[in-house]
Amino acid sequence: MTNLTMVKAINAGLRKAMERDPKVLLFGEDIGRLGGVFRVTDGLQKDFGEHRVLDAPLAESGIVGTAVGLAMRGYRPVLEIQFDGFVYPGFDQIVSQVAKFHRRMDGAVAMPITIRIPYGGGIGAVEHHSESPEAYFAHTAGLRVLTPSDPQSAYLTIQQAITCNDPVIYFEPKRRYWDKGEVDESQSALDLGAVADPWRARIVKAGSDVTVACYGPMVRTCLEAAAVATDISLEVVDLQALAPIDYETLVASVQRTSRLVVVHEAALSGGVGAEIAARIGEKCFYELEAPVTRVAGFDVPYPASRIEEHFLPDLNRVLDAAERVMGY
Amino acid sequence: MADERVSAVQLLTPEGQRVAHPEYDINLTDAELRGLYRDMVLVRRIDTEATALQRQGELGLWAPCLGQEAAQVGSARAMAPNDFAFPTFREHGVTWCRGVAALDMLAILRGISNGGWDPSLHRCGPYSIVIGAQVLHGVGYAMGVQFDGAEDVAVTYFGDGAMAQGDVNEAFVFAASFSAPVVFFCQNNQWAISQPSDRQGNIQLYERANGFGFPGVQVDGNDVLAVLAVTKVALERARSGNGPTLIEAYTYRMGAHTTSDDPTRYRLAGELETWRLRDPIERLKAYLARQGIADRSYFDQIEQEGEKLAEQIRDGVRAMVPPKPESMFDDVYSEPHARIDEQRAEMLEYLASFEDAGG
Ligand SMILES: Cc1ncc(C[n+]2csc(CCOP(=O)(O)OP(=O)(O)O)c2C)c(N)n1
Ligand SMILES: [Mg+2]
Repeated sequence: MTNLTMVKAINAGLRKAMERDPKVLLFGEDIGRLGGVFRVTDGLQKDFGEHRVLDAPLAESGIVGTAVGLAMRGYRPVLEIQFDGFVYPGFDQIVSQVAKFHRRMDGAVAMPITIRIPYGGGIGAVEHHSESPEAYFAHTAGLRVLTPSDPQSAYLTIQQAITCNDPVIYFEPKRRYWDKGEVDESQSALDLGAVADPWRARIVKAGSDVTVACYGPMVRTCLEAAAVATDISLEVVDLQALAPIDYETLVASVQRTSRLVVVHEAALSGGVGAEIAARIGEKCFYELEAPVTRVAGFDVPYPASRIEEHFLPDLNRVLDAAERVMGY
Repeated sequence: MADERVSAVQLLTPEGQRVAHPEYDINLTDAELRGLYRDMVLVRRIDTEATALQRQGELGLWAPCLGQEAAQVGSARAMAPNDFAFPTFREHGVTWCRGVAALDMLAILRGISNGGWDPSLHRCGPYSIVIGAQVLHGVGYAMGVQFDGAEDVAVTYFGDGAMAQGDVNEAFVFAASFSAPVVFFCQNNQWAISQPSDRQGNIQLYERANGFGFPGVQVDGNDVLAVLAVTKVALERARSGNGPTLIEAYTYRMGAHTTSDDPTRYRLAGELETWRLRDPIERLKAYLARQGIADRSYFDQIEQEGEKLAEQIRDGVRAMVPPKPESMFDDVYSEPHARIDEQRAEMLEYLASFEDAGG
């Protein structure tokens, strides 16, 4: 076990994936000598060479579009989008090409592309650097969406995303980049199989009154809320996969607690929480004691950083929602 | 400069010698020359003060324009009052020349606003953060000017890195296709964060204009006179209905990409030393002094003006308070919107619940 930040854990996971498969390529802006603006790829160009860790010209559509061709040529590209707000120039290539290629070719062509996107707010950044666009991608058939919440899950799931033969949008919660945690680097994600299935939600804290479904940056927030909630017992479920969502785990939890709060930073309307609320409504109609309640960002463009704390769900808003569902 | 980029138009050598160019020339009054010097010194003072304020935690971030003052001031001072600038986040010299107050430039970086000023007031768009986006906006604006039968010109600013971006290349196509009155002003400051400018292509940037069907010209971006002269010609060309020009201002980003960046990870210190000898302010100062257009007392006076400005910025920034939380619901739409009203009310109720608890 080593104590690593999430940045270092993803770096270690990338290294493992590159060692295992010579077809794994890293491609993105400033990822070579600089090691990425967050240093996630630090040292990898030095160790694997410029033909495996490539600094791309400044063009996201170019990065994603050429990755499609690289995949057709047998490579396994791992792309870095510098910030959430800069994925949109590449959005067309992602939703129209990456997502559909396999289906269109009747399965003859795989798109084993991983697109890493640092996302979310809470770091006091300027506009376009704090967005949570996961719902667009979770909504798009053909894409898988993963998001880690701590160093260990990041270390494992980045490897699993890369070995997956489907395209994976891999959202990295940037405000948790510097959180430290124990990582077992002796583990190879591939050998773990079902023990660490990235497509399964994880119950990160067991509880009995309210299920709190969350992911990425909000997992720590919800765990903190659970720790201070004295009279309500919160069960915190880290969804980890947003497409497809593991309803088996979630439904089983809600059947035990009868109450569900979904928490995400992304704007409320049309968000991942809306989909979950609908599905749980269908599947747990008889067990639910309260309406599924969402705690989310507001339906506004991400605000200026000095007031972002009022946009982002925090411990108090999670507790407030938990109290409300207990009130039914 | 001659060693690297022989084609760059130059009217003032790094030593401050006035030289002739076969195609470009400029005649300025002494007052205008002093004005350019003043602009550059004050812009640099704003820039260094903002960098310092970021270090003190008063600003979230700052993207310095250090070293690019001549490119920005020279091009912006070439513009007519009704022309319209479309800057990026590094164009503090451009916004300064368009009359944007220094504190308004800092509001975004202070984290209290995403805009900072009314574009129509200064005929200057907001700082564009998404690389390349504003270049298309500039072309569209210019198309509108053309449809109106007016004589204004749009000047779009972007970097060497942006030359790779799809939006910028599409902007070139649209401008050529409509023969839009637009000037593409690319500051090749050699770096796009850690990536050297040759990562964006393997010919000189200005040469790309040919392929799109309009002229490209390279200018010594640290020579304010040459930049002014070249931009004036491009503006006149656009104004008289002859379409776009790409100007590549060959310059150097003397500072970090932003205050979050550490350039020692990717570039050699020697490079900076080379460019220090080409400092845009020093060369104009040398020229002004040699020609007797300005003397020590003038230079001192401008320096004092800079200090005063810096003091105003320091005080002003510290006095800038965050907007009310519920202001995030303002201006999301221009028409009434039930969902927004509902969420604003929810937020206010929630915030009030703390006051009740506290009081
Ligand atoms: C679409 C988009 N992708 C990535 C970024 C991140 N980014 C900000 S500045 C920059 C480099 C820009 O280089 P250049 O165009 O040369 O301008 P300079 O910073 O040198 O002024 C990058 C990659 C961005 N802002 N927008
Ligand atoms: Mg540049």
